[in-house]
Amino acid sequence: MLGFIRQTVCNRGVSVSKSQLRFLVPGGRNYASGAKEMTVRDALNSALDEEMSADSKVFIMGEEVGEYQGAYKITKGLLDKYGPDRVIDTPITEAGFTGIAVGAAYHSLKPVVEFMTFNFSMQAIDHIINSAAKSNYMSAGQISVPIVFRGPNGAAAGVGAQHSQCYAAWFGACPGLKVLAPYSSEDARGLLKAAIRDPDPVVFLENELLYGESFPVSAEVLDSSFCLPIGKAKIEREGKDVTITTFSKMVGFALKAAEILEKEGISAEVINLRSIRPLDRATINSSVRKTNRLVTVEEGFPQHGVGAEICASVVEESFEYLDAPVERIAGADVCMPYAANLERLAVPQIEDIVRAAKRACYRSTSMAATG
Amino acid sequence: MAALTRRSYNLVNRISTTHAYTSHLHRSFSTDTTPFTVETSIPFTSHNCEPPSRSVETSAAELMTFFHDMATMRRMEIAADSLYKSKLIRGFCHLYDGQEAVAIGMEAAITKKDSIITAYRDHCIFLSRGGTLVEAFAELMGRKDGCSKGKGGSMHFYKKDSGFYGGHGIVGAQVPLGIGLAFAQKYNKEDHVSFALYGDGAANQGQLFEALNMAALWDLPAILVCENNHYGMGTAEWRAAKSPAYYKRGDYVPGLKVDGMDALAVKQACKFAKEHALKNGPLILEMDTYRYHGHSMSDPGSTYRTRDEISGIRQERDPIERIRKVILAHDIATEKELKDIEKEKRKVVDEAIAKAKESPMPDPSELFTNVYVKGFGVEACGADRKEVKAVLP
Repeated sequence: MLGFIRQTVCNRGVSVSKSQLRFLVPGGRNYASGAKEMTVRDALNSALDEEMSADSKVFIMGEEVGEYQGAYKITKGLLDKYGPDRVIDTPITEAGFTGIAVGAAYHSLKPVVEFMTFNFSMQAIDHIINSAAKSNYMSAGQISVPIVFRGPNGAAAGVGAQHSQCYAAWFGACPGLKVLAPYSSEDARGLLKAAIRDPDPVVFLENELLYGESFPVSAEVLDSSFCLPIGKAKIEREGKDVTITTFSKMVGFALKAAEILEKEGISAEVINLRSIRPLDRATINSSVRKTNRLVTVEEGFPQHGVGAEICASVVEESFEYLDAPVERIAGADVCMPYAANLERLAVPQIEDIVRAAKRACYRSTSMAATG
Repeated sequence: MAALTRRSYNLVNRISTTHAYTSHLHRSFSTDTTPFTVETSIPFTSHNCEPPSRSVETSAAELMTFFHDMATMRRMEIAADSLYKSKLIRGFCHLYDGQEAVAIGMEAAITKKDSIITAYRDHCIFLSRGGTLVEAFAELMGRKDGCSKGKGGSMHFYKKDSGFYGGHGIVGAQVPLGIGLAFAQKYNKEDHVSFALYGDGAANQGQLFEALNMAALWDLPAILVCENNHYGMGTAEWRAAKSPAYYKRGDYVPGLKVDGMDALAVKQACKFAKEHALKNGPLILEMDTYRYHGHSMSDPGSTYRTRDEISGIRQERDPIERIRKVILAHDIATEKELKDIEKEKRKVVDEAIAKAKESPMPDPSELFTNVYVKGFGVEACGADRKEVKAVLP
């Protein structure tokens, strides 16, 4: 659980946050008056509920989404509320049901397909890419595919090599797809609602370990019309010495790293990407132009990862502003092991982010930035 | 002579109707919608269901439409062959000549609100669903007036407004997609069905059985149509399938084996299938058909089949010849009139090609259109991102 609470002024749609109030609480938790808390699980559930209520074309399909109430309880209560015509339990046949859902989207329904984890999306990846992502282009706009593919992505705890891969980089490479990665409950609500309303195929990468985490949510976030823009990152914490870009669970790690760095006199700016595709290059670059240093953080494999793309983007657009080489923190270049100590070594830890940020900061000589 | 008397009687009765009365006798016959029955070439073979009768109701008008449309399709595919050889069509080109009866018979049994989805051998289905020759040829040649504005190519023709959902390049993928169309039709409480066409090659795909299981579980109005032309690319059916009785492969799903070279049999089977699917859920139709061309234009089609086999089928079972025989047997038109129609189709197709050739290639800015429906003003880049950038609307 996070050891601190931060309260942000609602910054709907704006990538640069307004002034933030931070309450550092050692060990306990302060509730700002009136702030409600919501778990990511409840945030996702409420988003699904509201969108299904608002649009009768929205339906949910996946394994155990109905009677089991969801493998991770994300779809809890929805079968009772909307019935078996709209919350559909499927056999364990990803290629089949993903194809069926895409076909339904061709016919103008709005499916939300749940993959129990995104590892299983590989069984259906042809439908995600060739049947969904490319259709609008190949048909010159005749066949649009308003579908959402959602589920937990990346490492969980002790689930081993076949159940721990992060698919952000693979899906993020494909034109025609939108790829979102929420962190907080506000992200979960706003981005899932935006994804369901979006007319294009959206891959929605959740994180199993975040489902149970609580975040404060404002009244605006709780409103049924709340939506976050697709393609806009959020500056979770402003800083001036080094930019840390990350997404999903690593946002929490980066924020903790920023606290540690603060004590050592390094002010880190933490960017929650929220959107892997489209990538908010403008926010990333404008931050790097301010701080002159960049650390990219992700859980997935390093080669051809999200960080590699961000590094390339910054080198292309903001090279003169960089005072140090870009640092990349990523999952280890190995399959995920089971033993707890090895697993810990295979995934980024807070100390890795701190170390990389320090390297980025101590590399340069103390030159004043020239105009 | 009894037939002639019946015709004259119909003609007399029709003088007072609104049919255009010309000096060509056959014109009034060819708009004659008086029903009569024709027997299919062979009876239907069924699996887990009662087969429909082999007496098919048709009319002079319908038979003439069949002839017109199949002649057009045949000409289109042969012309595409020439265009490919003169390098005006690039990449893949999978031709349908020989299989026209499936497209025509199916269309006669359904409406444009029913859906059809197929794989890459899609030019003729596009036509039968209402697409035009100019759109087809322009798309094949990659021009902006193509049905997919030149961005799809031979394998990606679509016509959503008349229920044609493509045009798919990945073998087998169109079957779950087609079952998804049926899912949507049921969800919307429409009284329509979806036909998912696939070949004998695709019939062994796992995703087909996954989706068929769900279609049966959920009673979806889906009809799987195996266009069995007996060769999956270069592999004969007996080398690919332990059981090439594709109409039985659904196990608990009923099936029908149909002479796919007989447009009337196809029509009867599809009519039966639609009624069945709306009441009882999915079934499989296996169309016994044949393609004269190889798998695609890069395949001569004669390394894995004998020329005797190909010419034998052309002689015995050609779908256009079959309809010609029925038309002649019922005095609906003369041989010369039918030949004139075929000549006319050659001209129509040539004119369409000429018109399609006039269509320009798409504007370079089209590289970046239709990536998304809603692009949020995001930037996309060309090969050299410092040189070519575009904003996605």
